[in-house]
Amino acid sequence: MSLINYASREINCKLVYYGPGLGGKTTNLEYIYEKVAPASKGKMISLATETERTLFFDFLPVDLGTIRGFKTRFHLYTVPGQVYYNASRKLILKGVDGVVFVGDSQLDRMEANIESMQNLYDNMAQHGLDLTRIPFVVQYNKRDLPNAAPLGQLQDALNPGWPVEDPARQRPLADPNRAGEMLVQELDGGWIERVPYFEAVALRGDGVFDTLRAISKLVLKTIG
Amino acid sequence: MTGASSWSFREEDATRIGALLNSLLREANARTALLVDRTGQMLATVGEEPRFDPVAFASLTAADFSANDQLARMLGENEFGALFHQGEKDSLYLADVARRVILVVLFDNRTTLGLVKLRVRGVVEALSALFTDMFARESAGERRLETGFVGEAEDEIDKLFGS
Repeated sequence: MSLINYASREINCKLVYYGPGLGGKTTNLEYIYEKVAPASKGKMISLATETERTLFFDFLPVDLGTIRGFKTRFHLYTVPGQVYYNASRKLILKGVDGVVFVGDSQLDRMEANIESMQNLYDNMAQHGLDLTRIPFVVQYNKRDLPNAAPLGQLQDALNPGWPVEDPARQRPLADPNRAGEMLVQELDGGWIERVPYFEAVALRGDGVFDTLRAISKLVLKTIG
Repeated sequence: MTGASSWSFREEDATRIGALLNSLLREANARTALLVDRTGQMLATVGEEPRFDPVAFASLTAADFSANDQLARMLGENEFGALFHQGEKDSLYLADVARRVILVVLFDNRTTLGLVKLRVRGVVEALSALFTDMFARESAGERRLETGFVGEAEDEIDKLFGS
Protein backbone atom coordinates (compact mmCIF):
# COMPACT_ATOMS: atom_id res chain seq x y z
CA MET A 1 0.00 0.00 0.00
CA SER A 2 1.71 3.14 -1.13
CA LEU A 3 1.79 5.92 1.42
CA ILE A 4 1.57 9.54 0.43
CA ASN A 5 2.80 11.57 3.38
CA TYR A 6 1.75 15.17 2.82
CA ALA A 7 3.34 16.23 6.09
CA SER A 8 6.87 15.07 5.30
CA ARG A 9 6.26 15.34 1.52
CA GLU A 10 7.20 11.71 0.91
CA ILE A 11 5.82 8.88 -1.21
CA ASN A 12 6.86 5.34 -0.38
CA CYS A 13 6.07 2.28 -2.49
CA LYS A 14 6.74 -1.35 -1.62
CA LEU A 15 8.05 -3.77 -4.26
CA VAL A 16 8.47 -7.46 -3.45
CA TYR A 17 10.71 -9.93 -5.30
CA TYR A 18 9.10 -13.37 -5.04
CA GLY A 19 10.04 -16.79 -6.41
CA PRO A 20 11.51 -20.21 -5.66
CA GLY A 21 14.58 -20.73 -3.48
CA LEU A 22 17.98 -20.00 -5.06
CA GLY A 23 16.27 -18.38 -8.04
CA GLY A 24 18.19 -15.08 -7.77
CA LYS A 25 15.95 -12.70 -5.82
CA THR A 26 18.70 -11.59 -3.45
CA THR A 27 21.13 -11.41 -6.39
CA ASN A 28 18.79 -8.92 -8.08
CA LEU A 29 18.85 -6.68 -5.01
CA GLU A 30 22.60 -7.03 -4.57
CA TYR A 31 23.19 -5.95 -8.16
CA ILE A 32 20.87 -2.96 -7.75
CA TYR A 33 22.63 -2.04 -4.51
CA GLU A 34 26.01 -2.23 -6.22
CA LYS A 35 25.02 -0.12 -9.22
CA VAL A 36 22.70 2.59 -7.91
CA ALA A 37 24.45 5.87 -7.07
CA PRO A 38 25.31 6.10 -3.34
CA ALA A 39 23.10 9.16 -2.87
CA SER A 40 20.07 7.25 -4.13
CA LYS A 41 20.26 4.18 -1.95
CA GLY A 42 19.85 3.42 1.72
CA LYS A 43 21.29 0.68 3.82
CA MET A 44 20.68 -2.86 2.54
CA ILE A 45 19.48 -5.20 5.25
CA SER A 46 19.61 -8.97 4.93
CA LEU A 47 18.07 -11.21 7.52
CA ALA A 48 19.85 -14.36 6.39
CA THR A 49 21.02 -17.67 7.82
CA GLU A 50 24.70 -18.46 8.37
CA THR A 51 24.81 -19.98 4.90
CA GLU A 52 23.50 -16.71 3.44
CA ARG A 53 20.09 -18.10 2.57
CA THR A 54 17.38 -15.50 3.15
CA LEU A 55 15.68 -16.25 6.45
CA PHE A 56 13.13 -13.45 6.66
CA PHE A 57 13.81 -10.84 3.99
CA ASP A 58 16.31 -8.55 2.28
CA PHE A 59 15.45 -4.89 2.22
CA LEU A 60 16.82 -2.09 0.07
CA PRO A 61 15.39 1.44 -0.08
CA VAL A 62 16.01 3.32 -3.35
CA ASP A 63 15.32 7.05 -3.65
CA LEU A 64 14.01 8.39 -6.90
CA GLY A 65 14.63 11.96 -5.81
CA THR A 66 12.10 14.76 -5.32
CA ILE A 67 9.32 14.77 -7.88
CA ARG A 68 6.80 17.63 -7.88
CA GLY A 69 7.75 18.36 -4.30
CA PHE A 70 7.51 14.77 -3.09
CA LYS A 71 10.53 12.73 -2.08
CA THR A 72 9.75 9.44 -3.82
CA ARG A 73 11.19 6.18 -2.57
CA PHE A 74 10.86 2.50 -3.46
CA HIS A 75 11.25 -0.10 -0.74
CA LEU A 76 12.58 -3.30 -2.35
CA TYR A 77 12.03 -6.54 -0.47
CA THR A 78 12.82 -10.18 -1.21
CA VAL A 79 11.13 -13.11 0.47
CA PRO A 80 12.75 -16.39 1.52
CA GLY A 81 12.18 -18.86 -1.31
CA GLN A 82 12.30 -22.13 0.55
CA VAL A 83 8.89 -23.76 0.84
CA TYR A 84 8.90 -24.03 4.64
CA TYR A 85 9.34 -20.29 5.21
CA ASN A 86 5.81 -19.51 4.10
CA ALA A 87 4.86 -17.65 7.28
CA SER A 88 7.68 -15.12 6.67
CA ARG A 89 6.79 -14.83 3.00
CA LYS A 90 3.21 -13.96 3.76
CA LEU A 91 4.23 -11.23 6.19
CA ILE A 92 6.44 -9.48 3.64
CA LEU A 93 3.57 -9.26 1.16
CA LYS A 94 1.59 -7.08 3.54
CA GLY A 95 0.93 -3.75 1.88
CA VAL A 96 2.74 -4.65 -1.34
CA ASP A 97 2.38 -2.26 -4.31
CA GLY A 98 4.10 -4.33 -6.98
CA VAL A 99 5.48 -7.85 -7.37
CA VAL A 100 8.40 -9.22 -9.39
CA PHE A 101 8.36 -12.98 -9.77
CA VAL A 102 11.92 -14.22 -10.27
CA GLY A 103 11.66 -17.58 -11.98
CA ASP A 104 14.56 -20.01 -12.32
CA SER A 105 14.93 -20.92 -16.00
CA GLN A 106 16.52 -24.32 -15.35
CA LEU A 107 14.34 -27.19 -16.56
CA ASP A 108 14.63 -29.07 -13.31
CA ARG A 109 13.32 -26.03 -11.39
CA MET A 110 10.09 -25.85 -13.36
CA GLU A 111 8.06 -27.53 -10.68
CA ALA A 112 9.51 -25.26 -7.97
CA ASN A 113 8.61 -22.24 -10.12
CA ILE A 114 5.01 -23.37 -10.54
CA GLU A 115 4.65 -24.15 -6.86
CA SER A 116 6.04 -20.73 -5.92
CA MET A 117 3.72 -18.93 -8.35
CA GLN A 118 0.70 -20.72 -6.89
CA ASN A 119 1.95 -19.88 -3.40
CA LEU A 120 2.25 -16.20 -4.39
CA TYR A 121 -1.31 -16.16 -5.67
CA ASP A 122 -2.61 -17.84 -2.49
CA ASN A 123 -0.67 -15.58 -0.13
CA MET A 124 -1.85 -12.47 -1.95
CA ALA A 125 -5.42 -13.70 -1.73
CA GLN A 126 -5.02 -14.12 2.01
CA HIS A 127 -4.16 -10.42 2.20
CA GLY A 128 -7.29 -9.71 0.16
CA LEU A 129 -5.20 -8.80 -2.89
CA ASP A 130 -5.77 -10.05 -6.41
CA LEU A 131 -2.51 -10.75 -8.21
CA THR A 132 -4.15 -10.05 -11.56
CA ARG A 133 -5.04 -6.52 -10.46
CA ILE A 134 -1.78 -5.20 -9.07
CA PRO A 135 1.45 -4.26 -10.87
CA PHE A 136 3.19 -7.54 -11.59
CA VAL A 137 6.10 -8.58 -13.83
CA VAL A 138 7.93 -11.87 -14.35
CA GLN A 139 11.68 -12.26 -14.69
CA TYR A 140 13.17 -15.46 -16.10
CA ASN A 141 16.59 -15.64 -14.51
CA LYS A 142 19.65 -17.76 -15.31
CA ARG A 143 19.12 -17.55 -19.09
CA ASP A 144 22.81 -18.30 -19.58
CA LEU A 145 22.66 -21.83 -18.19
CA PRO A 146 22.79 -24.75 -20.64
CA ASN A 147 19.75 -26.42 -19.07
CA ALA A 148 17.58 -23.29 -19.34
CA ALA A 149 14.08 -24.06 -20.60
CA PRO A 150 12.91 -22.33 -23.79
CA LEU A 151 11.08 -19.05 -23.14
CA GLY A 152 7.84 -20.38 -24.62
CA GLN A 153 7.79 -23.24 -22.16
CA LEU A 154 8.35 -20.89 -19.22
CA GLN A 155 5.64 -18.53 -20.44
CA ASP A 156 3.15 -21.38 -20.84
CA ALA A 157 3.84 -22.58 -17.33
CA LEU A 158 4.16 -19.32 -15.42
CA ASN A 159 2.57 -16.55 -17.47
CA PRO A 160 -0.09 -18.21 -19.63
CA GLY A 161 -2.46 -15.25 -19.30
CA TRP A 162 -5.68 -14.82 -17.36
CA PRO A 163 -9.09 -14.09 -18.87
CA VAL A 164 -9.97 -10.42 -19.31
CA GLU A 165 -13.59 -10.04 -18.21
CA ASP A 166 -13.91 -6.25 -18.35
CA PRO A 167 -15.20 -5.35 -21.85
CA ALA A 168 -13.42 -1.98 -21.67
CA ARG A 169 -10.09 -3.77 -21.44
CA GLN A 170 -10.80 -6.25 -24.23
CA ARG A 171 -8.63 -4.59 -26.81
CA PRO A 172 -5.21 -5.54 -28.17
CA LEU A 173 -2.32 -4.18 -26.13
CA ALA A 174 1.21 -4.52 -27.43
CA ASP A 175 4.06 -5.39 -25.07
CA PRO A 176 6.18 -2.21 -25.00
CA ASN A 177 9.23 -4.23 -24.02
CA ARG A 178 9.04 -6.90 -26.74
CA ALA A 179 8.44 -6.04 -30.38
CA GLY A 180 5.70 -8.07 -32.03
CA GLU A 181 4.37 -9.51 -28.77
CA MET A 182 1.09 -8.73 -27.05
CA LEU A 183 0.13 -8.28 -23.40
CA VAL A 184 -3.62 -8.35 -24.11
CA GLN A 185 -4.94 -10.33 -27.05
CA GLU A 186 -7.87 -12.35 -28.32
CA LEU A 187 -7.18 -16.05 -28.25
CA ASP A 188 -9.55 -18.87 -29.16
CA GLY A 189 -12.57 -16.58 -28.90
CA GLY A 190 -11.67 -15.13 -25.49
CA TRP A 191 -9.46 -12.26 -24.30
CA ILE A 192 -6.39 -12.93 -22.20
CA GLU A 193 -3.78 -10.78 -20.49
CA ARG A 194 -0.19 -11.68 -19.71
CA VAL A 195 2.17 -9.64 -17.57
CA PRO A 196 5.41 -8.14 -18.92
CA TYR A 197 8.34 -10.56 -18.73
CA PHE A 198 12.09 -10.17 -18.88
CA GLU A 199 15.05 -12.45 -19.46
CA ALA A 200 17.86 -12.08 -16.98
CA VAL A 201 21.25 -13.23 -15.83
CA ALA A 202 21.09 -11.50 -12.45
CA LEU A 203 24.64 -12.47 -11.45
CA ARG A 204 26.05 -10.23 -14.15
CA GLY A 205 23.15 -7.77 -14.04
CA ASP A 206 21.53 -8.61 -17.39
CA GLY A 207 17.85 -7.74 -17.24
CA VAL A 208 17.94 -6.60 -13.61
CA PHE A 209 17.29 -2.91 -14.27
CA ASP A 210 14.86 -3.64 -17.14
CA THR A 211 12.76 -5.53 -14.64
CA LEU A 212 13.02 -2.88 -11.93
CA ARG A 213 12.22 -0.08 -14.37
CA ALA A 214 9.10 -1.87 -15.61
CA ILE A 215 7.67 -2.64 -12.18
CA SER A 216 8.46 0.86 -10.82
CA LYS A 217 6.62 2.51 -13.69
CA LEU A 218 3.61 0.25 -13.30
CA VAL A 219 3.44 1.07 -9.59
CA LEU A 220 3.72 4.82 -10.10
CA LYS A 221 0.87 4.72 -12.59
CA THR A 222 -1.40 3.31 -9.89
CA ILE A 223 -0.77 6.21 -7.50
CA GLY A 224 -0.42 9.09 -9.94
CA MET B 1 -10.35 -8.90 -3.64
CA THR B 2 -8.77 -5.69 -4.72
CA GLY B 3 -5.62 -4.28 -6.23
CA ALA B 4 -3.07 -2.35 -4.18
CA SER B 5 -4.49 0.69 -2.44
CA SER B 6 -2.86 3.78 -1.03
CA TRP B 7 -3.49 6.20 1.77
CA SER B 8 -2.30 9.63 2.67
CA PHE B 9 -1.03 11.49 5.67
CA ARG B 10 -1.83 15.20 5.83
CA GLU B 11 -0.15 18.17 7.42
CA GLU B 12 -2.92 18.49 10.02
CA ASP B 13 -2.62 14.77 10.87
CA ALA B 14 1.08 15.31 11.53
CA THR B 15 0.34 18.29 13.78
CA ARG B 16 -2.20 16.40 15.89
CA ILE B 17 0.02 13.34 16.15
CA GLY B 18 3.04 15.49 16.99
CA ALA B 19 1.17 17.09 19.89
CA LEU B 20 0.07 13.72 21.27
CA LEU B 21 3.55 12.22 21.01
CA ASN B 22 5.26 15.25 22.51
CA SER B 23 3.07 15.10 25.58
CA LEU B 24 3.71 11.34 25.81
CA LEU B 25 7.47 11.95 25.80
CA ARG B 26 7.18 14.61 28.49
CA GLU B 27 4.97 12.53 30.75
CA ALA B 28 6.90 9.29 30.30
CA ASN B 29 10.30 11.00 30.34
CA ALA B 30 11.21 9.03 27.21
CA ARG B 31 13.62 10.09 24.45
CA THR B 32 11.98 9.47 21.10
CA ALA B 33 8.58 8.36 19.85
CA LEU B 34 8.18 6.95 16.35
CA LEU B 35 5.15 5.90 14.36
CA VAL B 36 5.66 3.16 11.80
CA ASP B 37 2.99 1.70 9.56
CA ARG B 38 2.57 -2.06 9.42
CA THR B 39 4.00 -2.26 5.93
CA GLY B 40 7.31 -0.86 7.18
CA GLN B 41 7.13 2.86 6.45
CA MET B 42 8.04 5.60 8.87
CA LEU B 43 5.17 8.03 9.51
CA ALA B 44 6.48 10.34 12.21
CA THR B 45 9.39 10.90 14.56
CA VAL B 46 9.14 13.12 17.63
CA GLY B 47 11.69 13.97 20.32
CA GLU B 48 15.43 13.40 20.17
CA GLU B 49 16.65 12.85 16.63
CA PRO B 50 17.43 9.12 16.35
CA ARG B 51 21.05 8.19 15.62
CA PHE B 52 20.00 5.22 13.46
CA ASP B 53 18.78 4.91 9.88
CA PRO B 54 15.02 5.57 10.20
CA VAL B 55 14.10 3.82 6.95
CA ALA B 56 15.78 0.57 7.95
CA PHE B 57 14.44 0.93 11.48
CA ALA B 58 10.85 1.19 10.21
CA SER B 59 11.19 -1.87 8.02
CA LEU B 60 12.60 -3.98 10.86
CA THR B 61 9.99 -2.74 13.34
CA ALA B 62 7.15 -3.81 11.07
CA ALA B 63 8.78 -7.21 10.52
CA ASP B 64 9.35 -7.62 14.26
CA PHE B 65 5.73 -6.83 15.07
CA SER B 66 4.37 -9.05 12.30
CA ALA B 67 6.51 -12.01 13.35
CA ASN B 68 5.34 -11.61 16.94
CA ASP B 69 1.73 -11.43 15.76
CA GLN B 70 2.15 -14.86 14.26
CA LEU B 71 3.70 -16.17 17.47
CA ALA B 72 0.69 -14.82 19.36
CA ARG B 73 -1.66 -16.68 17.06
CA MET B 74 0.24 -19.90 17.68
CA LEU B 75 -0.53 -19.45 21.36
CA GLY B 76 -4.18 -18.87 20.56
CA GLU B 77 -3.94 -15.12 21.22
CA ASN B 78 -5.31 -12.66 18.69
CA GLU B 79 -2.20 -10.55 18.93
CA PHE B 80 0.45 -9.27 21.29
CA GLY B 81 -0.75 -5.71 21.72
CA ALA B 82 2.68 -4.55 22.88
CA LEU B 83 6.33 -5.66 22.83
CA PHE B 84 9.28 -4.73 24.99
CA HIS B 85 12.94 -4.98 24.02
CA GLN B 86 15.35 -4.39 26.84
CA GLY B 87 18.86 -3.11 26.26
CA GLU B 88 21.64 -2.21 28.66
CA LYS B 89 21.13 1.53 28.17
CA ASP B 90 18.34 1.98 25.65
CA SER B 91 15.10 0.05 25.46
CA LEU B 92 12.13 -0.05 23.13
CA TYR B 93 8.45 -0.33 23.89
CA LEU B 94 6.20 -1.03 20.90
CA ALA B 95 2.41 -0.85 20.90
CA ASP B 96 -0.23 -1.54 18.29
CA VAL B 97 -2.42 1.33 17.10
CA ALA B 98 -5.67 0.45 15.30
CA ARG B 99 -4.07 -2.68 13.77
CA ARG B 100 -2.41 -0.55 11.10
CA VAL B 101 0.29 1.42 12.86
CA ILE B 102 2.96 0.75 15.50
CA LEU B 103 3.96 3.25 18.17
CA VAL B 104 7.60 2.84 19.18
CA VAL B 105 8.95 4.55 22.29
CA LEU B 106 12.69 4.72 22.79
CA PHE B 107 13.72 5.29 26.41
CA ASP B 108 16.68 4.92 28.74
CA ASN B 109 17.27 4.54 32.48
CA ARG B 110 15.96 8.02 33.27
CA THR B 111 12.51 6.44 33.34
CA THR B 112 10.91 3.06 34.00
CA LEU B 113 9.08 0.53 31.86
CA GLY B 114 6.05 0.86 34.12
CA LEU B 115 5.74 4.59 33.55
CA VAL B 116 6.24 4.22 29.78
CA LYS B 117 3.57 1.51 29.60
CA LEU B 118 1.14 3.59 31.60
CA ARG B 119 1.55 6.70 29.45
CA VAL B 120 1.51 4.74 26.19
CA ARG B 121 -1.84 3.19 27.08
CA GLY B 122 -3.47 6.61 27.19
CA VAL B 123 -1.96 7.89 23.98
CA VAL B 124 -2.72 4.68 22.03
CA GLU B 125 -6.42 5.28 22.56
CA ALA B 126 -6.23 8.82 21.21
CA LEU B 127 -4.04 7.72 18.27
CA SER B 128 -6.38 4.84 17.43
CA ALA B 129 -9.32 7.22 17.13
CA LEU B 130 -7.28 9.53 14.95
CA PHE B 131 -6.06 6.79 12.60
CA THR B 132 -9.50 5.20 12.36
CA ASP B 133 -10.76 8.57 11.08
CA MET B 134 -7.86 8.81 8.62
CA PHE B 135 -8.50 5.37 7.15
CA ALA B 136 -12.24 6.06 6.86
CA ARG B 137 -11.36 9.22 4.95
CA GLU B 138 -9.23 7.18 2.52
CA SER B 139 -11.90 4.62 1.79
CA ALA B 140 -14.33 7.48 1.14
CA GLY B 141 -11.89 8.42 -1.64
CA GLU B 142 -10.13 11.75 -1.92
CA ARG B 143 -6.85 13.47 -2.89
CA ARG B 144 -4.57 13.09 -5.39
CA LEU B 145 -1.17 13.95 -6.75
CA GLU B 146 -0.55 16.84 -9.08
CA THR B 147 -0.96 16.00 -12.74
CA GLY B 148 2.40 15.52 -14.37
CA PHE B 149 3.74 13.57 -11.42
CA VAL B 150 3.78 10.23 -13.25
CA GLY B 151 5.51 11.59 -16.35
CA GLU B 152 8.21 13.23 -14.29
CA ALA B 153 8.62 10.13 -12.12
CA GLU B 154 9.03 7.99 -15.24
CA ASP B 155 11.84 10.25 -16.46
CA GLU B 156 13.58 9.86 -13.11
CA ILE B 157 13.19 6.08 -13.27
CA ASP B 158 14.79 6.05 -16.72
CA LYS B 159 17.66 8.18 -15.46
CA LEU B 160 18.28 6.18 -12.30
CA PHE B 161 17.68 2.68 -13.62
CA GLY B 162 19.01 3.27 -17.15
CA SER B 163 16.70 3.46 -20.17
